[in-house]
Amino acid sequence: MAVDTASEPRSETGDGPSRRLRRLEPAAIGGVLYRELTVYTRYWFSTTFSSIVEPTIYLLAFGFGLGALLTEVEGFDYLDFIGTGIVATAVMFSSAFPSMFGTFVKRRFQRTYDAILAAPVDTEELVTAEALWLALRAGVYGTAPLLVAMVFGLEPALGMLLVPFIGALTGFGFASFGMFIAGVAKSIDNFNYVISAGLTPLFLVAGTFFPVDTLPAPIAAASVLNPLYHCVELVRGATFGIEATAAAGHVLALVAFGAIMWRLAIWRLRARLID
Amino acid sequence: MTAPAPAAEPAPSPPRSAIALRGVHKAFGAIRAVDGLDLEVPEGSCLGLLGPNGAGKSTTMRLLTAQAIADGGELEVLGYRLPEESKQARARCGVVPQQDNLDVELSARQNLAVFARLYRVPVRERRAAIDRALALANLSGRADTPADELSGGMRRRLLIARALVHRPQLVLMDEPTVGLDPQVRQELWSLIDGLRSDGVTVLMSTHYIEEAERLADTVAVMAAGKVVAHGPPGALVAEHAGREALEVYGRPDRLSEVEGLVSAAGFVTRRTGPALAILAAEGLPAGLAAELEPNGVRRVANLEDVFVALTGEEIA
Repeated sequence: MAVDTASEPRSETGDGPSRRLRRLEPAAIGGVLYRELTVYTRYWFSTTFSSIVEPTIYLLAFGFGLGALLTEVEGFDYLDFIGTGIVATAVMFSSAFPSMFGTFVKRRFQRTYDAILAAPVDTEELVTAEALWLALRAGVYGTAPLLVAMVFGLEPALGMLLVPFIGALTGFGFASFGMFIAGVAKSIDNFNYVISAGLTPLFLVAGTFFPVDTLPAPIAAASVLNPLYHCVELVRGATFGIEATAAAGHVLALVAFGAIMWRLAIWRLRARLID
Repeated sequence: MTAPAPAAEPAPSPPRSAIALRGVHKAFGAIRAVDGLDLEVPEGSCLGLLGPNGAGKSTTMRLLTAQAIADGGELEVLGYRLPEESKQARARCGVVPQQDNLDVELSARQNLAVFARLYRVPVRERRAAIDRALALANLSGRADTPADELSGGMRRRLLIARALVHRPQLVLMDEPTVGLDPQVRQELWSLIDGLRSDGVTVLMSTHYIEEAERLADTVAVMAAGKVVAHGPPGALVAEHAGREALEVYGRPDRLSEVEGLVSAAGFVTRRTGPALAILAAEGLPAGLAAELEPNGVRRVANLEDVFVALTGEEIA
């Protein structure tokens, strides 16, 4: 049959105005965020419970256990020291873990991403929205240990208002990291390697429980490559004070971590989702 | 003074293509899933993509939403070149996947609300669009039921409603009724038929012959990654299977003997369970027909005969 292919670009929706859809469309990102928010309303309690209780247990166990032996670390009360440090742990727990498992499940088992990518959403928008959502959550959940520490005597400070933003910035990087890993992993069991050999050491040598300069020199030097270390330093700095240049360095490190992981996540998930 | 000659009737413009694929290739390693595919789907028509498992139907569907990128060839959907302009094309398409990918913890309404946003339905029109899609899929009464509490048929209808929430011009359906019982299949056929009546272009992959016969204006039979026949179901049957098929019954050795006999006379045959079907049987020489008819039954040739004759595969 003789057919003439329509060549005029048309509107992006049935009756809407004709307009070229760009990269990183707010509407696409907003749509994915709305989906996450809607799904979250169904399981917010269990997520909130685990995201808050787990780091709080660390805080209480180390704060009161080790705190009985150590009264001061680097001039801070140990409970204050650990209360500010555990924020980074809470941020990682509430971003990297749900990101790895959630992304894998949505990609492989629920095929949620196939459904979303059949709509006018591309992989870059999908990854960005998912990372933003988890960053937002990490920013909120990350403040829980700080609030608990305040109950046990941590003095409130105006700078603490920056903690959700520090948590969100760190959470964006770890959420992207989790998506990158979920894009690399062939099986959900592969996450055990990442958790044991990657995330656990990161959170143990971030300066959360003890200052990094008590570690052997090479490990202490390597801690500047640990994003959680920068998060811990920024949270302590926001709480107790920090030099502007040092703070800028930590922020820059977290921005670089987030940007690199974001691009890696897009690259790997695109390879997984687009044949 | 002579009256001016009446202006000549302008020639009707040819229908525009909703989908145009030319020489499309897609390989996965050594496997050529789509191998030089040419396909045109005029706007407002329903095309049934018929083929056995592994023929390349699902890959073709994924190519049309840029969830697979072709290795070669040209693809246009609603006038947009793929993959460069696929996002614009997807904004005007609805997709019904073969595998259920609903958010099972969300209600029917919430599932549609998510996709109304993803498809950029304007805020002020969103509620009406969702209500319309629910009504279309006959799910208004179950709007607030979580998807995992809906029956298989209702979930399939919800998938169709999700694909229609933004009033797409083109709907891609990948095996829309696979695994459903006959009653639910009939309901979905009515729904798909309604889309045709509304002028929506439908591309539907299926391996159910009856589905293609009843719903499709044209059928494209795919085998080994390419279209081996394309046309209205009746024309395909007439071209490839004639008017009648003669089904001959007998012992296996007798059927093999008959198969050799009629094949030598230039007739196409296929096994249909305990019988051997001879296609275009109205053309059998009188002597041969007289010999075979006492053990045979004449019936009208159908699309299944065409499918088997062209692909060499029985229907799953």
